[in-house]
Amino acid sequence: MTDPTPSAAGSDRGFLARKGEGSTILAWITSTDHKRIGLLYLYAILSFFLVGVVLGLLLRLELLAPGRTIVDAQTYNALFTLHGVIMIFLFIIPGIPAAFGNLMLPLLLGARDVAFPRLNLFSWYLYMTGALLALTALFTGGGPPDTGWTFYVPFSARTTTNVSLAVTAVFILGFSSILTGLNFVTTTHRLRARGMGWGRLPLFVWSLYATAWVQILATPILAITLILILAERLLGTGLFDPARGGDPIMFQHLFWIYSHPAVYIMVLPGMGVVSEIIPVFSRKPVFGYWAIALSSIAIAGAGSLVWGHHMFTSGMSDMAILVFSFLTFVVAIPSAIKVFNWVATLYKGSIALDPPMLFALSFVLLFSIGGLSGLILGAAATDIHVHDTHFVVGHFHYVMFGGTGFAFFAALHYWLPKIYGRMYNKRVATIAWGFMFVGINILYFFMQVAGIRGMPRRYYDYLPEFAALNQIATVGSWILAFGLFLMFGNLLRGVLSGEPVGANPWGGATLEWTVPSPPPEENFSVEPVVTHGPYDFREAGVL
Amino acid sequence: MSLAPHRDEAGDRLGMWLFLFTELLLFGGLFLLYGVYLARTPEDFIRAGGELDLVLGTANTVLLITSSLTVAVAVSALQKGARSLTLGMLGITVLCALIFLVNKGFEWRAKIDHDIYPGSKRLLAGEGGESVFYSLYYLTTGLHALHVLLGAALLGWVGFRIRGGRRDGEGAVLENVGLYWHLVDLVWIFIFPLYYLIL
Ligand code: HEM
Ligand SMILES: [Cu+2]
Repeated sequence: MTDPTPSAAGSDRGFLARKGEGSTILAWITSTDHKRIGLLYLYAILSFFLVGVVLGLLLRLELLAPGRTIVDAQTYNALFTLHGVIMIFLFIIPGIPAAFGNLMLPLLLGARDVAFPRLNLFSWYLYMTGALLALTALFTGGGPPDTGWTFYVPFSARTTTNVSLAVTAVFILGFSSILTGLNFVTTTHRLRARGMGWGRLPLFVWSLYATAWVQILATPILAITLILILAERLLGTGLFDPARGGDPIMFQHLFWIYSHPAVYIMVLPGMGVVSEIIPVFSRKPVFGYWAIALSSIAIAGAGSLVWGHHMFTSGMSDMAILVFSFLTFVVAIPSAIKVFNWVATLYKGSIALDPPMLFALSFVLLFSIGGLSGLILGAAATDIHVHDTHFVVGHFHYVMFGGTGFAFFAALHYWLPKIYGRMYNKRVATIAWGFMFVGINILYFFMQVAGIRGMPRRYYDYLPEFAALNQIATVGSWILAFGLFLMFGNLLRGVLSGEPVGANPWGGATLEWTVPSPPPEENFSVEPVVTHGPYDFREAGVL
Repeated sequence: MSLAPHRDEAGDRLGMWLFLFTELLLFGGLFLLYGVYLARTPEDFIRAGGELDLVLGTANTVLLITSSLTVAVAVSALQKGARSLTLGMLGITVLCALIFLVNKGFEWRAKIDHDIYPGSKRLLAGEGGESVFYSLYYLTTGLHALHVLLGAALLGWVGFRIRGGRRDGEGAVLENVGLYWHLVDLVWIFIFPLYYLIL
């Protein structure tokens, strides 16, 4: 074990620990190994996620009864802003790409690392800097930001709370995201193993690739928008101030030119995870490989053209509304293509309902609910009725939490055994999944109902007639939280003391399952040569 | 465990190009605003733009184009192994960058002395379009000047690397820094007509 040259067969703890200097904290935070960086991201992202969940529970607690329940209006504003900023910029956007992309992309490609390992580590430092600045914004300056995560002007230009620092933090996080995207595109182009043509890329790689392009092309717009807020606050440029010739609507355009594509940065990787899991647990090659692969690109492309649907009520020409409404419906097509292909993959498969599969299947359902309610928002006429109500809040939680969040949990259950070489308790995992699935539906379905009946979002108080719906939703949040607690406890126990698993516990045919669990440093002792597709289970010898 | 010392120059170049896209898009946001506001208040823009100093602007354009040329010469000189020519060319480039910044400083100074800057009394009293024009002017040229500064620093850094005789892939590094410098030049090639010429 003290042998300094890692041999695939020799060390049973792989990259996790080389004896001696390899296991100190310092060795981790200076490592350029993509797997270690992936884990660094994972730990950080999960910590922030838990903070975000606690904030979400507090929001729900406040809404348990009409009137002031636990916090006043200003605190509620700060809470939902913080909840939104953490969940969006610290959890869901970096979530799957930075954590699982880093952990798995080179393994899936048959590469030893990403194209720019040191840049990769630098991105993590940027992420941590941004995250810590965002948290600092809470305790310094004129109080925690209260603008909502969208930082809309004119309020964000005028409020005396600590918006400037928060905006700087998000700017740095954006830079981290750009560098990750750039690294992944280059890696996918340059570091595929011999025999790994574009037609043999695992679908998760396709989705990361499409995501990376969106990260590269959309994030700079966010960067400039944030710079403009800072200029507005610090220099008084007046670019969004009607009294000085500016126009606040221009801010909304710039903001959503990034932030709508960012929705696809959030959800595409989740779709990729699900596309890996469904064939493996159906014991069947994926149906419509190219349709799934190319629809990722189509979503990335079309998704960049629909930002205007966030502004139907803020004043746009009727023509613009019509066009954006139409384009929004167009994006539903590639998403639906994916769903149909997953269902076709399931058809006549021999389905194994292991925990990763349960999460993947519930992704499909919850994402579909979220996506279909998105069409109600994408149609201008109905959007005017439900705009800025809890219907919207329910919609995006279905997509982000029910969709991407569940895909993230699916990835945890699918790949953690590979990373740590140990298995969690599957029965407990299934029970935890059950609680979460029931909880999330109670929580957000009833929020949507309240929204349709007219309950506005971002209000800490409401009319008595909404009380029952809000109480049900809040109870849902507790069920969900219990499920989360159970899931993380179970995963932690599995990682620390679970049963050892072999190289390929699920019978996958992609390259990561050909190396030991946990994988050795530099991944492959001999450079792999790819001779079959990622879902040719027969040729991989696992069927 | 470090990776084997194998370099992928095509990969490095691809990465650099992707990064340059992001820089273009960053400025793209400002150009977008320029376009929209120009369409709304063309008269104000024309009046305000007429006050910019065409001589200094042209001088700066010439400086940047020259420096793009010298960087290109430096890159091919290094490929031919002409080390001192490379260093000389890099020196001229950095010099051009510095003169550019000094000129920019004079330009800003003169405007500020005339009470023209975001939030100044004169702009607050004037037309909205004028105020927007100057806000965009300061933001765009300021952001660009920051890029000039960064680019010059990078050029200086490669220069020292080359002088120190580092061999591992310095050609590729210089090429990438050179690409960055061309981007700085390119962005200015858009700024110059939009702000100085067409109005
Ligand atoms: C236990 C989990 C969660 C609960 C109980 C929860 C609850 C809530 C509540 C009550 C609001 C405020 C609604 C309003 O007054 O407008 C909210 C807003 C929001 N949530 Fe969550 N949420 C949870 C998880 C998540 C996750 C996983 C994400 C993203 C991935 C997320 C993203 C957001 C965003 C972006 C907002 C909008 C903030 C704003 O209006 O500025 N939430 N959430
Ligand atoms: Cu959108």
